[in-house]
Amino acid sequence: MANVSKEELLHIANLANLNIKDEEIDSYLANLKDILNFAEIVNNANTEGLQETIGENDKCNVFRKDEVKTFEDNKMLIQNAKEQERNMFKIPKVIQ
Amino acid sequence: MNITNLTVHELVEKMKNKELTSEEITKAYVDRINNKEPDVNAFVTTLCNEALEKAKEIDSKREAGEKVSNFAGIPVGIKDNICTKGIRTTCSSKMLEDFIAPYNATVTEKLLKEDLIDLGKLNMDEFAMGASTEYSYFKKTSNPWNLNCVPGGSSGGSAAAVAGELVPWALGSDTGGSIRQPAAFCGVVGLKPTYGLVSRYGLVAFASSLDQIGPITKDVTDAAMLLNIIAGHDERDTTSYEIPKKDYTKALNKNIKGLKIGVPKEFFAEGINEEVKAKLEQAIETYKKLGAEVEEFSLDIAKYSLTAYYIIACAEASSNLGRFDGIRYGHRTENYQNLKELYKNSRSEGFGAEVKRRIILGTYVLSSGYYDAYYKKAQQVRTLVKNEFSKAFEKYDVILTPTAPNVAFEMGTKSNNPLEMYLADICTVSVNIAGLPAISIPCGVNGDNMPIGMQLIGNKFEEEKILNTAYAFEQEYGFREKYKPEFKK
Repeated sequence: MANVSKEELLHIANLANLNIKDEEIDSYLANLKDILNFAEIVNNANTEGLQETIGENDKCNVFRKDEVKTFEDNKMLIQNAKEQERNMFKIPKVIQ
Repeated sequence: MNITNLTVHELVEKMKNKELTSEEITKAYVDRINNKEPDVNAFVTTLCNEALEKAKEIDSKREAGEKVSNFAGIPVGIKDNICTKGIRTTCSSKMLEDFIAPYNATVTEKLLKEDLIDLGKLNMDEFAMGASTEYSYFKKTSNPWNLNCVPGGSSGGSAAAVAGELVPWALGSDTGGSIRQPAAFCGVVGLKPTYGLVSRYGLVAFASSLDQIGPITKDVTDAAMLLNIIAGHDERDTTSYEIPKKDYTKALNKNIKGLKIGVPKEFFAEGINEEVKAKLEQAIETYKKLGAEVEEFSLDIAKYSLTAYYIIACAEASSNLGRFDGIRYGHRTENYQNLKELYKNSRSEGFGAEVKRRIILGTYVLSSGYYDAYYKKAQQVRTLVKNEFSKAFEKYDVILTPTAPNVAFEMGTKSNNPLEMYLADICTVSVNIAGLPAISIPCGVNGDNMPIGMQLIGNKFEEEKILNTAYAFEQEYGFREKYKPEFKK
């Protein structure tokens, strides 16, 4: 039986850069527990000696020429940013 | 003439014979949208005026004798997780509520190259996570067969728009059944191509090793034609395959004599609705009558696939959705003191509950201490599923199953129970896990006139086989002539 503690949930949420409100904690815990218990089914599968499938196709490295291409509409790229200045993304001060 | 009732191949024929112009066709769809969209709510963004302008342009090109594609001037709907330059692409999320795509997805480019006309962007579950389109931030889409029921998901807007004749055909995306299950719920055709056949460049990533774009159409011929347009290698998607271009419509000859169809008995066992089962059994009889050899066999992978799917899909989603941080695009909080708070608050405000749930689950299964128990095990199960399918395809050409264990359910009945919602994908996810192609076609209705879907699964890159198998049934059964959505309230 999977059992996720409140501390573990908050730690995971922090790793994922998400806030969980106090009133949401119980429902998240219950949902996670339900889903993880269901996920235990994979442990019944006989996978002895099987490799992991990492990607869906067997291609390994795909090469192409390293050519510089100009993105035709670079103004549009930056227009979606909520804060920008002189064609740059603006963020709060990182080093105080 | 009822224009919106025609299939795309019929429209193409009528344009060729000068019986219809693009403007007449587009106008008919715009009128239909004005009339029915308030009931169906399939669109996040409609582009009616732009579409009418474009239709006129294409008509004059044609009149002037300029060489245009056969499809020039046919409208199309696009799921709102596929980038359309200069047009809002929201993934039905608050996170991307005002995101204007700065470039076109490869599939969008391909549609525009044929001069297809974009009628609008279609509703979906937020970031394609869901099976009912109820997790859209903007609106709930209704099923045209019964407006109180869900259209399925996550491509619910695409399927409902095609079923309700608001668009002649549409693009959807399928990570665990998101094209096929809504197609089944809405009584239309949905094709999930082999992983790598269609470029994912410009599709907002949910689970990159499972996602695939595909057609949702009124009939099998239209599906083959739309696949012709969107398939092909793209150097901007390194997982897309370099295989020769095919004309999938050429495979449609109805001849399935001697075709070996395998029916996995586990897909018909517990949890399958009796009416669904009965219609599938009738379809199997039809195939026997048409000369196919049908055999029951064991393929005990559905439950393993579903659990492996939710582990893998959530793990990939937690990584893919890490990019939404409020800096370069997407929702940005107004409430922050430092960078970490900016990230956290932007993400917490921008994502809906189901998306957050899956990010947390994905982060959990990838975290140290749980990686081996869940993620690694799921990746091994993935190999197991692929091996089981490979064995099956040594014996059979096509595998036949229900698309979903049930017909469309009523709105609100599953949205508060994530696990129950996940079970709606039980018949479809194994196909994504193994990277195979599969099509859903309608094979009848239940006692309440709700459509039932049949899924035909093929081996890798054998789209032609499943398309022709579907076509043979469609021509024999004549679903579209028998049943119509009634917009029941």
